Amino acid sequence: MSSPLIELRGVTKLYGEGEAMVSALAGVDLTIHAHEFVAVMGPSGSGKSTAMNILGCLDTPTAGQYLFQGTDVGTLSRDERAMLRRYHLGFVFQGFNLLKRTTAIENLELPLIYRGMGRKERHKRSSVALAQVGLAERGHHTAAQLSGGQQQRVAIARALVSEPAVVFADEPTGNLDTAMSHEIMSLLRRLNDDRGITIVLVTHEEDIAAYAKRQVRFRDGRIHSDTGAAA
Amino acid sequence: MIGNALVLALREIRNNMMRAALTTLGIVIGVGAVIAMVTLGNGATQSVTNTVSSIGKNLLFITPGQRREGGPPGDAPAFQISDADALRREVLSLKHVVPVNQTSVAAVLGNRSHTTTVNGATTEWFDARSWTIVSGRAFNEAEDKTGKSVCVIGETVHHELFGGQDPVGQRIRLGKITCEVVGLLQTKGRNTFGQDQDDYVIMPIRTVQRRLVGNNFAYYIMVEVQNEAGIPEAKKQIAQVLRQRRHLNASQQDNFDVQDLREIGNMLSSITGVLTAFLAAIAAVSLLVGGIGIMNIMLVSVTERTREIGIRLAIGARERDVLLQFLIEAVVLSALGGIVGITLGLLGAAAGTAALGLPFVFQPSIVAIAVLFSAGVGVAFGFFPARRAARMDPIEALRHE
Ligand SMILES: Nc1ncnc2c1ncn2[C@@H]1O[C@H](COP(=O)(O)OP(=O)(O)OP(=O)(O)O)[C@@H](O)[C@H]1O
Ligand SMILES: [Mg+2]
Repeated sequence: MSSPLIELRGVTKLYGEGEAMVSALAGVDLTIHAHEFVAVMGPSGSGKSTAMNILGCLDTPTAGQYLFQGTDVGTLSRDERAMLRRYHLGFVFQGFNLLKRTTAIENLELPLIYRGMGRKERHKRSSVALAQVGLAERGHHTAAQLSGGQQQRVAIARALVSEPAVVFADEPTGNLDTAMSHEIMSLLRRLNDDRGITIVLVTHEEDIAAYAKRQVRFRDGRIHSDTGAAA
Repeated sequence: MIGNALVLALREIRNNMMRAALTTLGIVIGVGAVIAMVTLGNGATQSVTNTVSSIGKNLLFITPGQRREGGPPGDAPAFQISDADALRREVLSLKHVVPVNQTSVAAVLGNRSHTTTVNGATTEWFDARSWTIVSGRAFNEAEDKTGKSVCVIGETVHHELFGGQDPVGQRIRLGKITCEVVGLLQTKGRNTFGQDQDDYVIMPIRTVQRRLVGNNFAYYIMVEVQNEAGIPEAKKQIAQVLRQRRHLNASQQDNFDVQDLREIGNMLSSITGVLTAFLAAIAAVSLLVGGIGIMNIMLVSVTERTREIGIRLAIGARERDVLLQFLIEAVVLSALGGIVGITLGLLGAAAGTAALGLPFVFQPSIVAIAVLFSAGVGVAFGFFPARRAARMDPIEALRHE
């Protein structure tokens, strides 16, 4: 069998110093294979976002190893990690992180511009992605003019628009109503089923987690349970 | 890569018009003020130079009395035509020696009257002042010697008395005498100090002495030295001749003064130099104010821009992608501000010089300095915080407060 897509080995993350030191991750081992659909759950403050940021190459662990397709991410240069994010990873933030005064369409075009995609192609793709999250008519509104739920959907579309190998989504349905939540989850499920995109998402809701094929639970910076721990 | 960075930079400018406009304004103020001020200063300096050189070349003005402190008070005896003759005889390096007497009278023709200055001089005056006659002729040596009542008039006098008519051959009244207009001087306009250089009547000095003022004085003697190199020696010889004629013994100071036009020019230049320095100081302050304005905008937006950079990094931008975008933004805004600043500065300078009657002297180097400084501030305060942010982990930049 080929090496796993993602492998965390004894990953720890410490914040602060001395008395105020917080251990957000206290030795996490996690293996995820290509085409998996994983839901990460756990109480608030258990380290879910911290783990996602490290997986998304947005943050570096204090200790431990992160292997992506067998390569130790810790040995990569900053530019190489940027290229990993550019071509292989998509990220949906808990706080959206859209460019506020930029239109929805242009927010979606951003990752495509960094990929060097031509104007026509990236515009077409952005429009399609926007329609998929039900915001076809809002393309020319700036992020600041959209509601929280709408911003969240733009953020999801931005992670999907470049069709990355893996999408990390930190509570992607946190601001959506039930109907919209299920619509987004069906979309993610389809991308996983049809295109084989690997998806890792954080959620607090069991019915959302049920869309995933594997559930990982965090507690106090450690993995507490894992329904599909890889062999 | 540059094409993409350009797209990103232009979008960022378009989406943040206020920030872009304020940055540009800072550059406009700095560049515009510097260019306007320095151009005005240069115009003033140039104007003085023009005025001095328009009086004539290698001229010395000899006046009775002493400029310098400690010299005898204003009771020094006046010069006479014989003094001028002595100088002509004994100082061989002099090309022209012109005794001048001066008075102010009303010039009258028919029912028109105009008060003007009458210069009593010799016919050499026209040569020494390199002043051409556009119509008619100068008075000649014979008319000089016999003190005939002939005159050459300036354009202002011509205009006031004759309107557009040819004055040559006409008779005008000057105070209590009449004289025949034999020539019309070329117009020279106003000098730096706003003095009308065309408001003169030139007559033989003897006519003025005998018939207008009733004395035999030459208020000053104007001499032209053959060449510039001979000026110091000529001054020495002039002093010798005059000291002898005025019976001064070795212990007595000169009771006359020989002024070199160049000295006057230098003195005036030093005044305009102070003026230019003052304007430059104002300009420097404007540049600083503009620079601080730019700095402020940049620093205020650092947090916002750091988060923006965090987003870009998270999406796949490398440090160099971010830096290139920021550099292009800075260059575009600087160029825009520079162009507007240069335009406004030059327009302001053009209006200012026109209003003050100064020549417009364009100095490209100051434009370059102003633009480089403003652009430098823009780049320094836009680029370096951006570089700091672009070197962070994306999550660190995103969390920036
Ligand atoms: N930048 C930081 N500085 C200091 N401590 C931090 C920082 N980020 C997270 N922590 C701490 O690390 C721990 C894990 O935080 P994390 O954000 O990963 O939790 P989470 O599981 O995502 O919680 P939630 O469900 O509320 O989003 C928490 O105790 C938090 O206080
Ligand atoms: Mg979280």
